[in-house]
Amino acid sequence: MSAVKDKKDIKGDFITIFRENRDRIDSGSAPLMNRFRGEALEHFRQLGLPSDKSEDYRYARIESLFDKDLAHSFSVNKVSFNILDIFNCDIPDLDTNLILLVNGKYYNPKKPLIELEGGIIAGSMAEAAAKMPDLVGKYYNSMAGESDDGLVAMNTAFSQDGVFIYMPEGAVLKKPLQVVNIMIHETDLMAQHRSLIIAEENSSAKLVVCDHTLSASSFLTNSVTEIHAAAGANFSLSKIQNEHNGSAQISHTFIKQKKESSVFTNTISLHGGFIRNNISARLDEEGCENNALGLYLTDKKQYIDNFVRIDHAMPGCQSNQLFKGVLDDQASGSFNGIILVRENAQKTNAYQANNNILLTDDARINSRPQLEIYADDVKCSHGSTVGQLDDNALFYMRSRGIPEREARLMMMYAFAYEVIGRIDVKPLRKRIDDLVNKRLRGELSRCNNCAMNCG
Amino acid sequence: MLKIKDLRVEIEDQEIIKGLNLEVKAGEVHAIMGPNGSGKSTLAAVLAGRDMFRVTGGKVLYNGEDLLEKSPEQRAKEGLFLGFQYPIEIPGVSMVNFLKTAVNELRKHRGQKPLSASDFLKMMREKKELVEIHSSLTNRSVNEGFSGGEKKKNEIFQMAMLEPRLAILDETDSGLDIDALRIVANGVNQLKSKETASIVITHYQRLLDYIIPDFVHVLYDGRLVKSGGKDLALLLEEKGYEWIKEEAES
Repeated sequence: MSAVKDKKDIKGDFITIFRENRDRIDSGSAPLMNRFRGEALEHFRQLGLPSDKSEDYRYARIESLFDKDLAHSFSVNKVSFNILDIFNCDIPDLDTNLILLVNGKYYNPKKPLIELEGGIIAGSMAEAAAKMPDLVGKYYNSMAGESDDGLVAMNTAFSQDGVFIYMPEGAVLKKPLQVVNIMIHETDLMAQHRSLIIAEENSSAKLVVCDHTLSASSFLTNSVTEIHAAAGANFSLSKIQNEHNGSAQISHTFIKQKKESSVFTNTISLHGGFIRNNISARLDEEGCENNALGLYLTDKKQYIDNFVRIDHAMPGCQSNQLFKGVLDDQASGSFNGIILVRENAQKTNAYQANNNILLTDDARINSRPQLEIYADDVKCSHGSTVGQLDDNALFYMRSRGIPEREARLMMMYAFAYEVIGRIDVKPLRKRIDDLVNKRLRGELSRCNNCAMNCG
Repeated sequence: MLKIKDLRVEIEDQEIIKGLNLEVKAGEVHAIMGPNGSGKSTLAAVLAGRDMFRVTGGKVLYNGEDLLEKSPEQRAKEGLFLGFQYPIEIPGVSMVNFLKTAVNELRKHRGQKPLSASDFLKMMREKKELVEIHSSLTNRSVNEGFSGGEKKKNEIFQMAMLEPRLAILDETDSGLDIDALRIVANGVNQLKSKETASIVITHYQRLLDYIIPDFVHVLYDGRLVKSGGKDLALLLEEKGYEWIKEEAES
């Protein structure tokens, strides 16, 4: 590669990479997933990458993320050390609780799919697509395929593997399931994993996803997750984003909810140079509940961007968005929350709040609530605040002998706790509590441990 | 203990304290009275270390050291306590965590070990009885959702927990009913010893029925214009501040 390049033709490059590697991509995946690639690539060719002129990506400079030579890992993982060594101290129960993804691919060749209580199946997306094409085919790409985001199309074209979870009717998973995404490579690398979660009627499970980087290279992750919650299903997804600041990640989460189902997402962003989270939920039948929560604690030049879209398509559903953030140094970011209440979605209750604390004059946040309401009998509210720590409260605490630094930490922590306190897995809440505390104290640089400390 | 010499304080280029002198010795209770806007709260805030005010002249010695050089937390650790006129609500910071941090900072400063959780809770229980503060209040966030009277009682509760050497109470009595007033006064009296001192800032003589001051000062237009014993408070109650103003301006 030449050292100096003109503006890259990113789209062209990716189309070429796809053509040149099609066989490797296909052979490392499953026929069902491969079937979608051609169409997705064509879709990507039409859409391209989101530019800063795109309304949905107004502040996120996506193209700049591709401004480096990124390797793609289409072949089987070759990891030069035993990954289990790193994690065995914290997570003894690897076979049943933990799913490891390394550079976007499922890592446990001996057990590509595991069966848990109540017939719940969890494991490799590619393996599931190969072994259960009828089940997977009913859902795979059904939401992502309708997206007009070029990055989603790119994922469908390139992705070979990811996480698959199937919860049959009435299955209840007592212990939460944990996915650890590890990025480790000698050179800069791009990964695009793809996950599918099928929660059938009245099933219930909690999933924790932790993102980590274990080498200093630059990483770019473009991941897609589709979650289908059938009637009465209850699913919770907590994401802990803790990659190093030389990494960038874009995550797309699509959710479709049927009658009286409940889906909870909580996205906690601690470290990571560039983070963009898209959450798009369609409340497709009556009586659904969706809670979308997020917490971001950023500093230096981190960029955090949460884009949430809740589509109230049917009457009598409830949604609640709560995103809070503390930005230090030159950190910047954006929150965009859309509530769409369609014409017949009467008796909708939809709430949204985005509260930010900027610790410096250089920190920036763009907060954009967008409410589109076409029904008349609804309750909707939104609130967006950007402020500093309350000087009066700081003085009050200091006047009691609490040092300024400690007082600031206590207040930041108090601010964050509104989100942490709603994490429904108690041990996880405690661990995240610790992580957030450490993050605020600047003691969390890179965390090799996962949020779920089973030991 | 406290020596204020010719103190001058400004806020936004307006002089509020205009050459104030006061000496407080250990074992004494001083009451500072005065009409609205005379600078009472400014004096309290400056002594506690609020940085929105600018000291333009004079000095303040606390135990022989320059008080104004020290940070608010340092002053607190050295035994200075300000009872706020308007206590601040701090959502999300629990009373327990707040007080535990404060108490242990204080202990660290004194070279003592931090209190264990059970010792701390025991101490809280004892002090709560002293100020008759409702148990559930200490399970909440600091001052959040407290009534006006509860907030004031909470100031006295914190004072009892921190056991200051010099307590400055800024209109702790305002807005209190007679029972709460008695409790607040009781808290102050309990703290009284040969080693400690209090400055009680108040509008009304009422509080001084319960807290017997050794000295009463009248602050007017940024200066202490009159000092006396507790009789002065009674005189003020009877005659108001007009005669003081006239005296001061003539």
